[in-house]
Formats: sequence, C-alpha cells, structure tokens
Amino acid sequence: MQYKSQAVAKPYFIAAIGLFVGQILFGLIMGYQYVVGDFLFPLIPFNVARMVHTNLLIVWILFGFMGSAYYMIPEETESELFSPKLAMLMFWVFLVAGALTIVGYLTVPYATLAQMTGNDILATMGREFLEQPLPTKVGIVIVALAFLFNISMTMLKGRKTSISLVMVLGLWGLAIFFLFSFYNPSNLVLDKYFWWWTVHLWVEGVWELILGAMMAFVLIKITGVDREVIEKWLYIIIAMTLITGILGTGHHYFWIGTPEYWQWFGSVFSALEPIPFFMMTVFAFNMVNRRRREHPNKAATLWALGTGVMAFLGAGVWGFLHTLAPVNFYTHGTQITAAHGHMAFYGAYVMVNLTMISYAMPMLRGRSANSRSSQVMEMWSFWLMTVSIVFITLFLTAAGILQIWLQRMGSSPLSFMATQEQVMIFYWMREIAGFVFFAGLVLYIWSFFCKKGEALVAA
Amino acid sequence: MKETFTKAMARNIFYGGAVFFFLLFIALTFDTVQNLPKRDHRENITDSVVRGKHIWETRDCVGCHTILGEGAYFAPELGNVYQRRGPEFIKGWIKSQPTGTPGRRQMPQFNLTDQQLDDVVAFLKWTSEINTSHWPPNIEG
Repeated sequence: MQYKSQAVAKPYFIAAIGLFVGQILFGLIMGYQYVVGDFLFPLIPFNVARMVHTNLLIVWILFGFMGSAYYMIPEETESELFSPKLAMLMFWVFLVAGALTIVGYLTVPYATLAQMTGNDILATMGREFLEQPLPTKVGIVIVALAFLFNISMTMLKGRKTSISLVMVLGLWGLAIFFLFSFYNPSNLVLDKYFWWWTVHLWVEGVWELILGAMMAFVLIKITGVDREVIEKWLYIIIAMTLITGILGTGHHYFWIGTPEYWQWFGSVFSALEPIPFFMMTVFAFNMVNRRRREHPNKAATLWALGTGVMAFLGAGVWGFLHTLAPVNFYTHGTQITAAHGHMAFYGAYVMVNLTMISYAMPMLRGRSANSRSSQVMEMWSFWLMTVSIVFITLFLTAAGILQIWLQRMGSSPLSFMATQEQVMIFYWMREIAGFVFFAGLVLYIWSFFCKKGEALVAA
Repeated sequence: MKETFTKAMARNIFYGGAVFFFLLFIALTFDTVQNLPKRDHRENITDSVVRGKHIWETRDCVGCHTILGEGAYFAPELGNVYQRRGPEFIKGWIKSQPTGTPGRRQMPQFNLTDQQLDDVVAFLKWTSEINTSHWPPNIEG
C-alpha cells in the first residue's frame, strides 16, 4: 500500500464479501423453492427471496467497484484521496441503507413497504432489479454523487492516467444511467424501453468500462508490462464494447411492443458483443505471458485470467446463444436467460471484483501476497466456485432447451407448470451445484484467516 | 499490436465510436417513441389500467412471473394470460391463492378488493393487445 488513504478500500471489500454470502444463501433458498415449491412459504415467498438475491448482488458489486476505485485512484493519480472521511461516511450510509432495505423486504409485505416509503408520491418500485424503495434509490444517488465527487477531486489534483480516466468515466456513467430508474411511465412499453437504459447500459455498457479499468490496473501490477501497451489494449476493448453494446440494447427490443427494425439492429450489434470479451481474454493471457516480473500473488493472477475466460463464456458465448431475433423468439423469458445471467454476472462482475480483492487485500493487510498455503486455499475456492457456476449454467441451459421444446414447439404444447414438472431433474442438479458453489465461497473466506505459512512482506 | 497503431489512435476510436453510436441510439429512440402509439394503443390506457399497473408493481408480480418475457421464470407468462384464461378465471385465481397444495409453488394472498381485481385485469387486457411482433410463439406463453 503506497498511500495511506487507500486503506478506506478495506471496509468496502469486507462488506462486499459479506453481502456476497447473503446473496448466495438466498440463491440456495430460491433454488430449493424451484424443486420444493412451498419451501419457506409464506415466510419468504419466492419473489422476496429473488429481490434479496439480486439486490444483494447489485449492492455488493457496487461496494466492490467503490472499494476498487478507492484503492486504484490514489496509486494512479499518485496522490492521497481528496477526503478519506467522506469515503468512510458514505460507506456507513450505503451499508445501513442497504441493510435497512433488505430488512424491509423480509419483514414487511411489499405493498406496505411501498406505501410506507412514498411510492405513491413517485412510483418507482416493483420493476425487476429496481425494486428498492424510493429512499434507497435516493440514497444510492447521494452515495454515488459523494463518491464521484471524492474520486473526481482526487483526480483533478493528481496525475491523470488513462486507466483512472476510464474508471471514472464508467462510474459517472453508472450514476447517470441509474437516473432512469426514477422514470416509470404508466405505459408498460415506454416503461420497459427506458428500464433497459439503466439495466442494459449498465451491464453491457458502462460497467464494462469499470471492468476493463480494474483488469488493466491489476495486470500492470502483477505483470509489470509497459503501461502504454496495456492502456492501448484497454481503449480498444472499451471502444468495441460501446460500439457493439449501445445499439446491442436492441436485443431487448424484439418483443416488447417496439418497432420491428430493432430485430435487425439488436441482432447484428449484439452478435458482435462477444468481440470485446474475447479481446479481454486475449489481453489477459497475452500480458501474463509477456510478464516482466514474477509477482508472488499467484491467486490474483489466476482470478485475472479466470475473469477473461469466464466473462467471454458467460457474457459472450452464452449471450450470443440466444441473441439473434429468430432464436430469441423461442428462448425469450425461459431458463436460457437465467443460465446466461448467472455465468455472465459471475464471469464478469463477480470475478473482476474478486480479482481486485485478491490483489489489493494482502496489500491492505501490509504484505505483498498471502502465504503459500493461504493462496492454495484461495485457488481451490476459485476452482470450486468457477466449476460449479459452469455446471449451474449447463443445467439451466438444459432445462431451458427442454422447456422451449415442450412448451413452445410442436403441435400439443404443455402448460408452463406442466413443463416445469418435466424439467425438475435439472433444477435438482442446479441446486446441488449451488451447494458446491457455497462450499467454495466458505473456503474463499476461510483463506483470509489461514494462519499457516509465512506471509510475504512487502518488498 | 503494431507500433504504428498508437494509444492516441485507440483513444480516438473509443471516444469517436462511443459518441457516434450513442447519438445513433438517441436518433433511433426518437423514432421509436414517435412510432410507439401505433403499436401500444395508448388510447386504451384507462385510469383502471394505470391503477392495475400500480397494483402489479406494488405486489412485485414480476418477482415470479414474466410479462412480455421479462421478469422471473418461476411462474407463468402473463402478457397473454388474458387470452389464455379470460378475466373471470384470473380474478378467481388471484382470490383463491395460496392453493396450499403440498410441494407446489405457492402464490401469496394479496387481499385485493373487487375494484383492484378489475384494475389488474384491465392492465393485463391492455398489455395483451400490445403489438409484440407475434410473441409469444403460442398461447402457453
């Protein structure tokens, strides 16, 4: 750790991992409700578990992004954070707001929660991923603005590198596109159209800038490859991201009442969306192969390479699988979407955060890398989680294909619920894979407390 | 990458590409918004439909169901449920939840009034008349 103020990243990373555990626990509950429908009903209905699962995911990834920015920006700008105090204050505001929201979901009926929190004044709730009550949404905006102010002020007084510029650009984009979550017209088609401006332009747009910047930062540190080379790659990757991804939004505009030309725009541009992910994989392997130093943190290297591969598979390949309009006509709104969602989120945004945490956390604890046995444990957790997410994805894909065949094709299609009965075996296997994932996560956390062996003291 | 291809060139492609495609996206959005009234039949959005959407949202229906294919995949598609089941079945179904069948997926009881049930049906009826380019593939959704 070169700058004292980088230390504020630590609580952000710890909170991120804590919320990650909560996300997976609720994922296991939902997975079990898929096979035993009345499990925990009416205590935790499926929709409540799902809100908690997805909202925790979003919140912990945001914690990870913010922690990463607080870690990266001082080193990139070669200057202390503008205000570490503000960063800590916002940490607690965000954590308390997040916790209260989750408690609200779990203890109060959603309609009552909506009434209590002013949803009748400005109705924003009850839309997928944007279920948060109005005060939480306002809180997110306040935290984001204070965070961006802090980061931007730090940048203004220090060195301006391409990596920090791309990171800040991505984070500003994140805040700006979140504002569409406050727009909820009573016309469902318009509602859906602009809902995607938050959801798609986040995960297939500005978040990829953040991902790229985080990868570039870690790769410079662990490979020692020349900054000029890495930053050139970064620009080309994110250029391809936005060139394909912005109009790629059109793949959500096939069947929601929008004009039919979107079938062409959406299919063509989103079919190109795997390109930047493929480049990211090539980039990661290329830089590691051309490394100029042997960094003692092997675990971080593994996470970085894994991010490249899994983001390409999950976001790239599994996205392409159902993105062409004639295919999507059959796959839209089936388990295929769920399969893609799981591997894409894990491969891109979970893994890039774990890459950063893996690299930065030892530094924040005063050493350049963890002991060998701790790293071995972390690498085992990498394989357990990654392999189980691959299996979760494969099982959901199988369930999806069968679902489409039974429910949407042929002359005597089954009803939705009858179809679900037929694909039950895959839901059981998905749940088992989910438990293996959880074991991997437990091992991951355990690796932080591994006392065996000598930690490598900072050079 | 070759030395002749510099970081400055890469940066310019990024900024140029981002701005160009975002402007194109805005232009297409403008055209879409202009053309939507022909496809969403907004003249049929009554007060009842508006209230129905509000009920749909405040009960987090999308946390289990899909509507026009978007939402959760735990329960049936409701974009075309008006054609599949009809208004009386929908109201009767919502009123009789949960079924309590052991092991079966359960829907909560929302204690909606008759007026609210009519509003939900009005919302689902209007939704079912949106021009979705023939999606879903069949009545099962």
